[in-house]
Amino acid sequence: MNLFKSTVGRKILMAVTGLCLVGFISVHLIGNLSVFAGPDGINAYAEHLHALGPLVWVFRLIMLGLFAVHITFGVQLYLENRAATPDSYAVQKSLVTTFSAKTMVFTGLIILAFLLYHLLHFTVQITNPDISAHNLALDAANRLDVFTMVTKSFHNAFIVLVYIVAMVALTLHIFHGISSWVQTLGWSTGTSQDKVTAIGKLVAIAYGLAYIAIPLLLLARIVK
Amino acid sequence: MDLTLHVWRQKGPQDKGKLETYPAKGISSDMSFLEMLDEVNDGLIKSGQEPIAFDHDCREGICGMCSQVINGRPHGKQEGTTVCQLHMRQYNDGDEIFIEPWRAKAFPVQKDLIVDRTSLDVIMQAGGYVSCHTGGVDDANALLIPKPTADYAMDAAECIGCGACIAACPNSSAMLFTSAKVAQLAALPQGKPEARKRVLAMTQAILDEGFGNCTNHYECEAACPKGISVKFIAKLNREYLKTMMPTSTGA
Ligand code: HEM
Ligand code: SF4
Ligand code: FES
Repeated sequence: MNLFKSTVGRKILMAVTGLCLVGFISVHLIGNLSVFAGPDGINAYAEHLHALGPLVWVFRLIMLGLFAVHITFGVQLYLENRAATPDSYAVQKSLVTTFSAKTMVFTGLIILAFLLYHLLHFTVQITNPDISAHNLALDAANRLDVFTMVTKSFHNAFIVLVYIVAMVALTLHIFHGISSWVQTLGWSTGTSQDKVTAIGKLVAIAYGLAYIAIPLLLLARIVK
Repeated sequence: MDLTLHVWRQKGPQDKGKLETYPAKGISSDMSFLEMLDEVNDGLIKSGQEPIAFDHDCREGICGMCSQVINGRPHGKQEGTTVCQLHMRQYNDGDEIFIEPWRAKAFPVQKDLIVDRTSLDVIMQAGGYVSCHTGGVDDANALLIPKPTADYAMDAAECIGCGACIAACPNSSAMLFTSAKVAQLAALPQGKPEARKRVLAMTQAILDEGFGNCTNHYECEAACPKGISVKFIAKLNREYLKTMMPTSTGA
């Protein structure tokens, strides 16, 4: 089908999947912030999620599909664009583009690497077995103690560093991406362009700060 | 004023090419950039050297032939200006100026600063036209077109096909050039019958000719001597999306 081969079609697929991923990081952020509400926040949240049973697996498969499409075309477009630009200029100048736009594939790959680590850390729980919820005592309400797993993890400066680097990459990625889709899906007009881009950058920074706050505030013991 | 030029010299398509340094002495600030190069070439010819080959034709900013990246900016530092309309008053005595050809796989260098832009013609041939019957000419204004639509199409039609957008694009994407024509014709009643076919054919030609994919850097708009807006790329994307919708006639 043309959609999977065309220069615009593949961009549209990237924009739609990228947008779904932004939806995911929005919901995920709200869930994560429940750690600030203590064990009754995040442990209850985790229990509700697990109570969904097979739906969790449906959701995981959808996420896998989204990432597969987004990454496949992201890397493919990047390689084609490199091939289309074999020689660089002796004097190279950017007029309006941003560092974030120029590094999409790299920040994307950092996110991917982080994603694998993150799943091993909190989902499969094999990177730090001693502080994994599976190996910890249940909490007062007989729930898996996700709260202790998260807080203990983020008392480890190295783990916090990994998370912060990854969240900076995510912020850079959506700094461009969160407004780029408006253009890709053909919604921008000459007059809306600048405003949409500015709002996108602000929203990206807000996401970044919120995501980074979790490990950082726990490490600094500002939130316990 | 006296300047130092670093100019890309390449004997032919197969040659590797390299930057050569030339002094440009006694340049008047009233000269255009191309006249400055004419002077330098005069000197090169008199001293038995090969003059610098560069493209140019109208020298009034309408043909799109002049194609030089000057200090990293296609068409030089003055916004909304082609190289031929750039004047030496923009420069100061003692300036160093790097002059390079458009760089993209789809624009092979022929000689020095001259690149082959046939690839743009191929994109145009793929769909940058409207089919019409010959014969009696329609009455002028028989077909009503709202003024804002006419203005919109006219803004898009300002593209002179110079290729600066591709030269400026980190991906060597030809989206701004292509979108200008797609948007111009899609906005007008004469262009609507072939709108679907056009956007599919022209975007396919982009890839076939070895251009890259647009990733919304907007360098093209900033470099365009005619101020073509990236809103036309959004319009092209809309036109592409429309090809996925069923038509009211069921086709
Ligand atoms: C939760 C994670 C992610 C989110 C929220 C996200 C979001 C987005 C969004 C919204 C766009 C803009 C699409 C457009 O231009 O219309 C985008 C573009 C892009 N993404 Fe992601 N993405 C994520 C993960 C990844 C990963 C893992 C990769 C791996 C390579 C990646 C690679 C790219 C590339 C290369 C682009 C540029 C495409 C372009 O600008 O044309 N992304 N992303
Ligand atoms: S869009 Fe602008 S830069 Fe690109 S070919 Fe047309 S006039 Fe030149
Ligand atoms: S020579 Fe015609 S536009 Fe410059």
